[in-house]
Amino acid sequence: MPDETSAITTDQVQHLANLARIALTPDEIAHLAVELGSIVDSVRKVTEVATPDVPATSHPIPLQNVFRQDVVGEVLTPEQALAGAPDSFDGRFRVSAILGEEQ
Amino acid sequence: MTDDLTRLPAAELAALLTAREVSSVEATRASLNRIAAVDGDLHAFLHTAPEAALRTASEIDRRRADGYDVGPLGGVPIAIKDVLCTKDMPSTAASKILEGWIPPYDATVVARLRSANLVPLGKTNMDEFAMGSSTEHSAYGPTRNPWDRDRIPGGSGGGSAAAVAAFEAPFALGSDTGGSIRQPAAVTGTVGVKPTYGGVSRYGAIALASSLDQVGPVSRTVLDAALLHDVIGGHDPRDSTSLDELWPSFADAARAGRAAGDLTGVRVGVVRELGGDGFQAGVRQRFDEALAVLAAAGAEIVEVSAPHFEYAVAAYYLILPAEASSNLAKYDGVRFGLRVEPEGGGTVEQVMAATRGAGFGPEVKRRIILGTYALSAGYYDAYYGSAQKVRTLIQRDFDAAFASSDVLVSPSAPTTAFTFGEKMDDPLAMYLNDITTIPANLAGVPGMGLPIGLAPEDGLPVGIQIMAPAREDVRLYRIGATLEALLEEKWGGPLLDRLPELETAGSAHLAPPPGPGTEPDGGTR
Repeated sequence: MPDETSAITTDQVQHLANLARIALTPDEIAHLAVELGSIVDSVRKVTEVATPDVPATSHPIPLQNVFRQDVVGEVLTPEQALAGAPDSFDGRFRVSAILGEEQ
Repeated sequence: MTDDLTRLPAAELAALLTAREVSSVEATRASLNRIAAVDGDLHAFLHTAPEAALRTASEIDRRRADGYDVGPLGGVPIAIKDVLCTKDMPSTAASKILEGWIPPYDATVVARLRSANLVPLGKTNMDEFAMGSSTEHSAYGPTRNPWDRDRIPGGSGGGSAAAVAAFEAPFALGSDTGGSIRQPAAVTGTVGVKPTYGGVSRYGAIALASSLDQVGPVSRTVLDAALLHDVIGGHDPRDSTSLDELWPSFADAARAGRAAGDLTGVRVGVVRELGGDGFQAGVRQRFDEALAVLAAAGAEIVEVSAPHFEYAVAAYYLILPAEASSNLAKYDGVRFGLRVEPEGGGTVEQVMAATRGAGFGPEVKRRIILGTYALSAGYYDAYYGSAQKVRTLIQRDFDAAFASSDVLVSPSAPTTAFTFGEKMDDPLAMYLNDITTIPANLAGVPGMGLPIGLAPEDGLPVGIQIMAPAREDVRLYRIGATLEALLEEKWGGPLLDRLPELETAGSAHLAPPPGPGTEPDGGTR
């Protein structure tokens, strides 16, 4: 269960930002720690009525087994797929190094 | 004559086009002229495509002259919310991370507009990735409310609502995740519909929260919303959540409702929890008057209780950030959009973090971090899991309420339009704007917002929300059109007749310069 006082530390925000792959400035981290604390305090209200006997709903109108024929559909050409890429080479997306020096 | 064309509802303009009394080029030019005159100040559009629009219009005119059936709406101009992919216009969701991005495909709803021979005018402003209730979170600057230029036009779809209210377009497409069609409709005196979840395809709609998002119509009349819903709705095999079933004609329902003028036998449930002290006095007053109009037309007004609606905002601000944090992972600086290299280079992960740090605005960062938190090990069951249970409880509340009512009603929003900056420093206050609209998204049921007058204390529009059981969108159009007709009879014309004259280009104004826009293809903003 979450702590009773949802104080969120700047270290926690930094950790979450790392998980979410968002570079934040120290200012942003300080701000977010305060804001998230008050938002989490507020949304924690859901635990008041979410008793074990209530099933969860993930989808408003459940559908099952939505399939299509296993054939090639209308697809993008490689040129179309690469058209919006920041960088590409030889028909592929180009990225910087996958591994850092320490890896 | 051309200036007057912008004042016509889409249905009336379509009739003139069909009768060949007006050409699509004339109608399109009228809209473009209006945009050129007022949008420098309003900033409802992020991008306009005047040349493409006139080309499309002229092609439709030619085909009509050649005797082809161009459809009931052929040649009518339309605005498109920037959350929808258009292969000939930038599609940015008002984010810097997608600045200038032109998708390689059309959203299904956009393709359907084109098939119906509608004429896309441009892309409308919104809160970044549809996160907000005011358009203040647009990376390209806010849209002004045509009723009062110092006030917000609602959000996230403030651009579409303002464009329609200001007669820049007869109607528009919007999207509604927690009220982004209905709340802007309320504060701009326009009509907006969030269809049943799955009733309209989400393919090509830039995803915010996939279990909540729905695309829908934004218009000045109930009939126009119905006509547009008929065009965009129906099954799409490209959206696995699209409902594979047939729908009745919503336009027929709206016409029947307007003609009937009577609601005998209709049970209208007033949701006790969506009203009361937290609501502005003028909103409550106009809402009570609208109830009296419904009752006078024969409707039976019953009070219903939905005890779990008070948990809806809390559940929403767990479910939405959780889904958004996952959906927005695709903006990684690799496949499309912005790429920012950290100083001295870096690994692909560092590039990703720098790109997202520079490309996302504060509200988007806030919600992604919140969603990441809610989905973290140790918190998942308590937060996200509980929110999903609340979703069940809210669905049960709707089921119980619809056992005694054919439709449910509430004010569309707790207040009239607020001023710029009023809620920017207080995310929680901003989130509460959608207290009335969020339950419908959580349960997947359809909702319509339509104007019911101006609040006496500030002269700003007030809206009513009508909700129906899932798949019963047709009730919204039938009952909404009846109410609209009765109110217009009382007022002596549409509410938007009372819209103040807008500042036009050339007149001096103190507007902040609009955002840099998104026009890499040479289009004008």
